[in-house]
Amino acid sequence: MTPNNIVNMAKLKGLNIIAITDHNSARNIAATISCAKDVGILCLPGMEVESTEEIHLIVLFSDLISCFKMEKVIEQSFTNIKNDINIFGEQIIVDKNDNITGYKENLLTTATNLTVAQIFELTEKLGGVCIPAHIDRDSYSIISTFGMIPEDIAFSTVEITKNAIKRGYGNNISLCKYNIISSSDAHCLGFISERENYFKLSNLTGKDVIEKLKTRIK
Amino acid sequence: MLAGELSKKMGLKLLAGEGGLSKNVSGVYICDLLSFVMSKAEACNIWITVQTNLNIVAVSVLTEIGCVIIPENIEVEEITLKKADEEKIPIFSSSKSAYELACELKGLI
Repeated sequence: MTPNNIVNMAKLKGLNIIAITDHNSARNIAATISCAKDVGILCLPGMEVESTEEIHLIVLFSDLISCFKMEKVIEQSFTNIKNDINIFGEQIIVDKNDNITGYKENLLTTATNLTVAQIFELTEKLGGVCIPAHIDRDSYSIISTFGMIPEDIAFSTVEITKNAIKRGYGNNISLCKYNIISSSDAHCLGFISERENYFKLSNLTGKDVIEKLKTRIK
Repeated sequence: MLAGELSKKMGLKLLAGEGGLSKNVSGVYICDLLSFVMSKAEACNIWITVQTNLNIVAVSVLTEIGCVIIPENIEVEEITLKKADEEKIPIFSSSKSAYELACELKGLI
């Protein structure tokens, strides 16, 4: 999964919009945005953040600076555990030409000390959208940990896995007030989605995508 | 004490990780948040948790935990057991609660 490979796979699949949401890091987004621009694909900056309750939240932004601001807060909120490459693999940082320029030494797939509410508030402040990830999963999901989606946090959109979409999970009446999305959540190239998920947008811009995801269903 | 001896003394059921029964176990850590376990558990600890997903094996390897005990007869996923066998991490099952197991362990180790 390098910037060029991701973008070229997205191009092969006919995708117009992609987002990069690495665990708790934004180090590889600029390179991917650059590659995506070259082939006319809109690439949104984002992250998959792990709250202190071990819940995964996708945060997406329309601009890179806001994403970096969020990343800075996240970096300061980790309990630093050294990565073990034998177990978790290398955490590489690459440039636009897929050259490795560095490594993240501290383990990224661990929890921050930020609560779900704090992550939501910070994302909102930075103009982004905060989306509970894979809520149907048995682990790292807001429902598996809390038992429900908290009513006092104004989520507009939730993500469910592709398998859950097929099972009709999204038809659950308790989800009727949320936009429901399903993403690749690709950890390898083959899992990048086909051209199967759509938005209706006035313009193909990051701002339009974020606004769409933030619009609450009445 | 060895993991195998512990399981005999406590009547635990071995679910996976037979290759690790001769590991030394000492100390107990009880937590279900994996990030806590990753930063706080010590090598050779007996880890009591209700988490049964594949990540518990990665965490056990990372922290060099001695063995895992799953309380209350909670079912553990096949994929987790398979990985535990590969990594030689003993995963035991008990019908007792985490509290009951902790009380019993206090007298034992």
